[in-house]
Amino acid sequence: MDALVITTVDGIAYGLLLAIAAAGLTVAFGAGGVLNLAHGTLIATGGYIAATTTAGTWGSLVAAMALAALAGAAGGGVLAAATAALRGRGHLDQALLTFGVALIGADLLTTAYGSDLLRPRMPAALESTIVVAGYRYPVDRLAAFAVAVLVAACGYVLLHRARAGRLIRATVDDRAMVAAIGVNPRTVDAAVLVASGALAGLAGALTTPILGVGPGTADTALLLSLIIVVCGGLGSVPGAVIAAIGVGVVQTVGVVTIPALAPYLLTAMAVILLARPSTVPGQATP
Amino acid sequence: MSMPTRATVARLRSLPVIAPGAAALAIIVVAVSPNPYLHTTVARMLPLALLAVSVAVVAGHAGLPTLGHVAPYAAGAYLTARLALAGIDLAVVHLLCAAVIGAAVAGLAGAVLVRYRGTVFLMLSLAVAELTAITAGQWRTVSGGTDGLAGIPAPRLLAGMPPLVGDRTVLLYTATIMLAVTAAAGWSLRGDRRMLFTAARANENRARASGHPVYVYLWMVHTAAGSLAGIAGALLIHTHRWITPADVGFGTAALALLAVVIGGARSLTGAAVGVVIVLIVRDVVAVEVPGHAPLLLGALFVIAVYALPGGLTALTARLSRHRLFATPHDAPPPAAATSVRSAP
Repeated sequence: MDALVITTVDGIAYGLLLAIAAAGLTVAFGAGGVLNLAHGTLIATGGYIAATTTAGTWGSLVAAMALAALAGAAGGGVLAAATAALRGRGHLDQALLTFGVALIGADLLTTAYGSDLLRPRMPAALESTIVVAGYRYPVDRLAAFAVAVLVAACGYVLLHRARAGRLIRATVDDRAMVAAIGVNPRTVDAAVLVASGALAGLAGALTTPILGVGPGTADTALLLSLIIVVCGGLGSVPGAVIAAIGVGVVQTVGVVTIPALAPYLLTAMAVILLARPSTVPGQATP
Repeated sequence: MSMPTRATVARLRSLPVIAPGAAALAIIVVAVSPNPYLHTTVARMLPLALLAVSVAVVAGHAGLPTLGHVAPYAAGAYLTARLALAGIDLAVVHLLCAAVIGAAVAGLAGAVLVRYRGTVFLMLSLAVAELTAITAGQWRTVSGGTDGLAGIPAPRLLAGMPPLVGDRTVLLYTATIMLAVTAAAGWSLRGDRRMLFTAARANENRARASGHPVYVYLWMVHTAAGSLAGIAGALLIHTHRWITPADVGFGTAALALLAVVIGGARSLTGAAVGVVIVLIVRDVVAVEVPGHAPLLLGALFVIAVYALPGGLTALTARLSRHRLFATPHDAPPPAAATSVRSAP
């Protein structure tokens, strides 16, 4: 029972980290209409930056996270410029472009960092365990959990209390109305892709201490993010957070309790949520 | 400013015949070459080309961009492998069984999937593709797990005939089946049926209001395309004689759909050509830069999306329009110029 509690907490922490990754993807899809299959590559880039720039000090850890977010934002900027030319040509053309960018990015990352699984060097204080409510728990996971909560809180405030966030939500709901109040929706699209890239880079840096980063990271991260976005409802940030926690718990608890069925659980979850009766043709498509 | 003559109209109408004819000619040119490596390489491209044709039928004619047709492809392949390993080695039995199980799998999946449109359909079909890969990896008694199945016996055309093992023989057999099945699919998508599918795709509500059972039409296209994918799976076993879960994974599904986008969604031949281009880059050109196949493939996709809006078919349509007609507005609307769109 104790083990299950720890696993569940692990799942929630992992889910919150996934939420940061998926929030960027879902907002990019909802507001910018961009089906970004290169999202996983941005996450892997953040992971590699964190794994190679940390030196076991607090300063290098903070610098690595900032660098990862910056690199992700730059990648988002490139994608915004690349997809702007495809506006009005449908999601399949965007998928073709971003899949191509993802393949190129994966090749460049493997060439630069090799094919081994890398992990960052954390400060000694983060590599120990502490006792929480009678359970021993690794400090680095708690720290990642705390940062994830902080980012989610900042994201909520930005999205729901700041003008920039209101514009993004308005663009998801009604592009024409946003244009009518004098804001170019395409500027919002570009800003959203840059922010989405920054979140992806940061998520990559935050998950590296737990999962490491290697050639399979981009694919796994993209697939999990897509499942979360689908389960949470395309374009919905609160939906993505709830779905991400669900996916995190299902993945970690499922692997421990029913290992034979664990690989099916996520897909089955996505199918059940997508095929629910409320989803009628066209309704869930922004 | 001349009006199109009867001759030019006749030439335009004959275009659908030109493409498969050119494909057949290309196969014959490859077959008469003395290079066995070339024969094997081309033969191994054809199963995936037929899978892309089946995806083009669903994506182009039903307007449903699918990643899920890798499921009937896998079913056809594993059934063929199991039949061959059990001593049943007649090619026609393999092809028929693969077509039936392909249609059954696509029919079952389609019963759920074709209720949805656009991105939701794409995502659900991604889930089907994932389930296929997971099942292929887990169902050890059928698939041999992640080790896959190897040492599959070669098929025979007729009882008593020698097995199809020669490089040239396998190429000619695979190409004949692939071209015949593609031609049959193209033929069955002409005339009234094509108009019904166009109506269902272009204005679903109006088609439904006119009394057309759109759901049934789309399900039928999805199911029929599943039989094509099943046959493609059988050809995969006949050409490769081994299979692993990676052959039926997300990579294969994505490659087939992207090849359809490159070829031009509504053209079956374009889809097959798209696969051949992708595989030439991945398996032939990439040999020159070992370990960098993803880089080349990625560059191909990026170039294709900017340089070929609407795919290869739109390019050929534009070229033939300029050549055959002096006044552009006389030309028929370039049906393939609009790529597959998600539902509005």
